[in-house]
Amino acid sequence: MQSFSYLRPADADAAIAAAAQPGKKYIAGGTDLMQLMKDDVERPAQIVDLDALPYTKIEAGPDALRLGALATMSDVAAHPEVARKYPVIAQALLASASPQLRNMATMGGNMLQRTRCGYFRDTGFACNKREPGSGCPAIHGQNRLLAILGGSGHCIATHPSDLAVALVALDTVLELRGANGATRQVALGDFHKLPGDTPHIETVLQPGELITALVVPASAAARRSGYLKVRDRASFEFALVSAAVALDLDGGVIRDARIAMGGVGTKPWRLPAVEGALRGHQAGDVAFAAAAAQAPEGAMPAVQNAFKVKLMQKTLVRALRTVAA
Amino acid sequence: MNALIGQPINRVDGRLKVTGGAKYAAEFDMPGLVHATLVQSTIAAGTIIAIDSRDAEGMPGVLAVITPDNAEKLKLEKAGQEMVTRPLLQDAQIFYNGQPIAVVVADTLDRALAAAAAVKVTYRQGEAVTIMDSVLDQAYRPKHFRNGERSPDSNRGDADAAFDAAAAKVQATYTTPVEHHNPMEPHATVARWDGERLTVWTATQGIAGTQRTLATLFGVPVSSVRVICPFVGGGFGCKGNTWPPATLTAMAAQKVGRPVKLSLTRRQMYSSNGYRPRTVQKLRLAADAQGKLVAMRHDGLTQMSMPSLGEFAEPVGLATEMLYACPNVAVTHRLVAVNQGLPTYMRAPGEASGVFALESAMDELAVALKMDPVELRLRNDTDRDGHAEKPFSSRKLAECYREGAEAFGWSRRNPAPRSMRDGNALIGWGVATATYPANRRPASAAVRLNADGSVHVFSGTQDIGTGTYTVMSQVVADTLGVPLNRVRFLLGDSAYPPAPTSGGSTTVASVSPAVQAACAAVRQKLFGLVLADPETGGGFTAADLSLQNGAVYVPGRRLPLAQVLARAGVESVEAGASSGEAEGKAGYSLHSFGAQFAEVRVDPELGEIRVSRYVGAFDAGRILNAKTGRSQLIGGITYGIGMALLEATETDAETGRYVNANLAEYLVPVHPDVPTIQTIFVAGEDTQVDPLGARGIGELPMVGVAAAIANAVYHATGVRVRDLPIRLEQVLA
Ligand SMILES: Cc1cc2nc3c(=O)[nH]c(=O)nc-3n(C[C@H](O)[C@H](O)[C@H](O)COP(=O)(O)OP(=O)(O)OC[C@H]3O[C@@H](n4cnc5c(N)ncnc54)[C@H](O)[C@@H]3O)c2cc1C
Ligand code: SF4
Repeated sequence: MQSFSYLRPADADAAIAAAAQPGKKYIAGGTDLMQLMKDDVERPAQIVDLDALPYTKIEAGPDALRLGALATMSDVAAHPEVARKYPVIAQALLASASPQLRNMATMGGNMLQRTRCGYFRDTGFACNKREPGSGCPAIHGQNRLLAILGGSGHCIATHPSDLAVALVALDTVLELRGANGATRQVALGDFHKLPGDTPHIETVLQPGELITALVVPASAAARRSGYLKVRDRASFEFALVSAAVALDLDGGVIRDARIAMGGVGTKPWRLPAVEGALRGHQAGDVAFAAAAAQAPEGAMPAVQNAFKVKLMQKTLVRALRTVAA
Repeated sequence: MNALIGQPINRVDGRLKVTGGAKYAAEFDMPGLVHATLVQSTIAAGTIIAIDSRDAEGMPGVLAVITPDNAEKLKLEKAGQEMVTRPLLQDAQIFYNGQPIAVVVADTLDRALAAAAAVKVTYRQGEAVTIMDSVLDQAYRPKHFRNGERSPDSNRGDADAAFDAAAAKVQATYTTPVEHHNPMEPHATVARWDGERLTVWTATQGIAGTQRTLATLFGVPVSSVRVICPFVGGGFGCKGNTWPPATLTAMAAQKVGRPVKLSLTRRQMYSSNGYRPRTVQKLRLAADAQGKLVAMRHDGLTQMSMPSLGEFAEPVGLATEMLYACPNVAVTHRLVAVNQGLPTYMRAPGEASGVFALESAMDELAVALKMDPVELRLRNDTDRDGHAEKPFSSRKLAECYREGAEAFGWSRRNPAPRSMRDGNALIGWGVATATYPANRRPASAAVRLNADGSVHVFSGTQDIGTGTYTVMSQVVADTLGVPLNRVRFLLGDSAYPPAPTSGGSTTVASVSPAVQAACAAVRQKLFGLVLADPETGGGFTAADLSLQNGAVYVPGRRLPLAQVLARAGVESVEAGASSGEAEGKAGYSLHSFGAQFAEVRVDPELGEIRVSRYVGAFDAGRILNAKTGRSQLIGGITYGIGMALLEATETDAETGRYVNANLAEYLVPVHPDVPTIQTIFVAGEDTQVDPLGARGIGELPMVGVAAAIANAVYHATGVRVRDLPIRLEQVLA
């Protein structure tokens, strides 16, 4: 770990001004950043603590759920309105990490957690994401956990978040605040970038830009939603494959479907083709299987993760069945 | 008198542990203490051309950067076969990725870490072989198998001819991966030199071995080295040897002339103190139509480091030699060298991997014979060890199967694969045999009786979390007739009478006889004082006296200890004693046994496998503490669940570096992976092992677990998985 200094600004603009300089890094719960710093993967000269900023509120209004960027995973998971109107979010959170981590970890930090690719997290390896141009040993190496969708010849690392999968399914929008008080909104689906030939650039965030809130529109589909996570270990493990499913049913007919999957994509993976294939169909195994067959479209599996092609479809069918029931 | 032995006594050190009062190696602090960290290689083979430490040396707080260029020359030539002598910065060669190549010492840990990152290394890269499976044809015969005490091969009858002629046969290859021990406590050492004298506080399973190794390497008398280790936060074998980090800490302390602490990071725990080597095992089993084994062949290939680092041969075939009655048995052990660190013992070394293969093959044989797998084991039960050609001192395997099957409800099993369901889930039931040798080694102890009735007992043994403090205190209390709270058992200091390394499940069987003997000796001495005093002893012999509750009872009279000591003009009475090897070693084969019963639930579409029920029944001699004993069983079975379904250290083939060297991606079981475990101790005691009739149980309970689970997965799914860990993609329909 490198030596660093510590700053705890009292308001957002001071934080943003400080963090806009190179070598600065925000710290929220610290559950990912500290680990990366200890492993020398992140080497900020200064960390800017967001602790004093007022973004911890969880507001469940009639039209939307507004999650402050500093709300913790535990608080959001335990919020009764979240569990009632957005069950996929509560379920994704409770399937994430461990209670201790969820007590510290925040919404904003969760969106920005880095990949679990073992090559990325060990400076003894080459890695394009960590050191642009150094190569990607994972593509022909240990890639069981890595992505089959959205990869490039430069990087196939998954975005590891469960929460982001649930949120991207529900059309979540991020509220960002930049220099001079400028604010903007970015759909979560547009927030993370595909690796292409710049896997080190992971989001559209500008230097110093702060996530202040995550806004989830209310919908009938969000009310009938669920999260299914498949993994080797029964708890405390990132997803091998996961599915966030939200359905609006009219009688037995699917009026609307929102689907995203985790563990398979280089970013939280929304599946519009599957959604289209479901809409207007009678909910049931026939429609589910037919739609799920489109899920791996464009997949480029490597040697060890090829099983995800099939597993992703089966996971999706199971999640659809559970949510529709 | 046996008031306490066998009782489920709480750990005597439990309060210390949960309140943070138990001091582990990394927690020893002292004036002037400074911090060291390792610089490790990032290539797997080659040589160091240069280490540029100028920047690092100039950084604030940095006291030394020790490299092969300026490291103290150690006395390697005197080191024996069992000492780890490489890599200790004595040469520029690289044998594996992650090898320590420099040590940085600074006034704070942070500064040491920052400086370590500034050390620049240039290499001449050599040709590396990192994956064993690519060079299986280069397997070689171990040179020092079992310390050279026996051949790596054994042969009785003609296994191949019998196999060819047999009615039912199975031939298959099984593999197990590299696994790491992952004790909760990472290894740590604090070293301080006072002139020629070296004191180390270190996390070790063997203080005597560490003392000997450091004395040898630094060329000082053994008596000049003191090793202290009151608590170990788990070892599972990785703290059995004196690995480079401990030696390098002592070297660093010598270099900077101050006490130095070196505590490994979790990532470094994967590259610094051994691992369970990968195995590729070829099994051939054959039986007659009645299920009697007629041939067994077990050819074990196990991963090794480059031979210049030492030798470790995982003895996978030893259980095959002795477990069942069979006239034709052939076993071979071969090594396959790769550019990895030296492997080492890991909980049930040999048996854990070997019995997975053997007991999976037994299950396959039962399928081939259309015979119940429990019945197959019972038909091949024997009271004689066919390899050692001796009777077993005590073998209650059939009772284990009977009691285990009863508790598990085995008779309700439908033998057809995929035939049992619970809702949507496929249910599978599997069994396997457990066995582990009952080891005992020479040990010694000393006892001091104090005037206040308290007893201090000293033995240079270790408590690696298994409960040595507790169990030995019970033995003392019972032997001397004092309440448990008057006994203080002291261990983990090489200043105490020597005891063996805590490995191979030896501690209870080895140390308790020494403790009992020392207690007997001190009582005799005490009685001597009473008898020598005409006022108290007149006309009596030792047989007339007894010691209870802090007093000597002479017929018609009670003499409190304080009084006896005062009359004799002494402050305390002390005596020591040593004990040897197992009483029955020459005449008997000494082993423990068990029967493992697992139920798994498999999701038929998603392939997720969870263990849902577990029963283990064990014949482990006399259990000295029902609670710590049960803890060992639960812990061992849990370790086995990890081996079956989760654990594997993944190597990058290109660089030979581990990719999942952390506890987020190296998976060990967490609570929901472990069902309620029902444990059964089959009643019995084995006085051929030691006078109390106890055998060690640290390793036995994990043996066979992986096979029982693999067999259950086969029963649930119809898919035979022969490669551990069993993962969902292997059973995905
Ligand atoms: C062992 C382990 C297991 C885990 N398992 C799971 C799992 O199963 N599923 C899962 O989803 N996650 C899992 N996690 C990841 C965990 O959810 C994330 O570490 C956590 O959500 C990060 O939040 P944080 O507040 O601690 O972020 P920090 O570590 O503080 O920050 C992470 C990054 O976000 C930036 N940042 C933080 N807040 C903001 C903001 N408001 N605006 C701009 N930038 C910001 C920081 O600069 C930093 O780069 C696991 C983590 C660990 C260590
Ligand atoms: S997959 Fe991406 S993160 Fe992993 S090694 Fe390749 S470039 Fe690095």
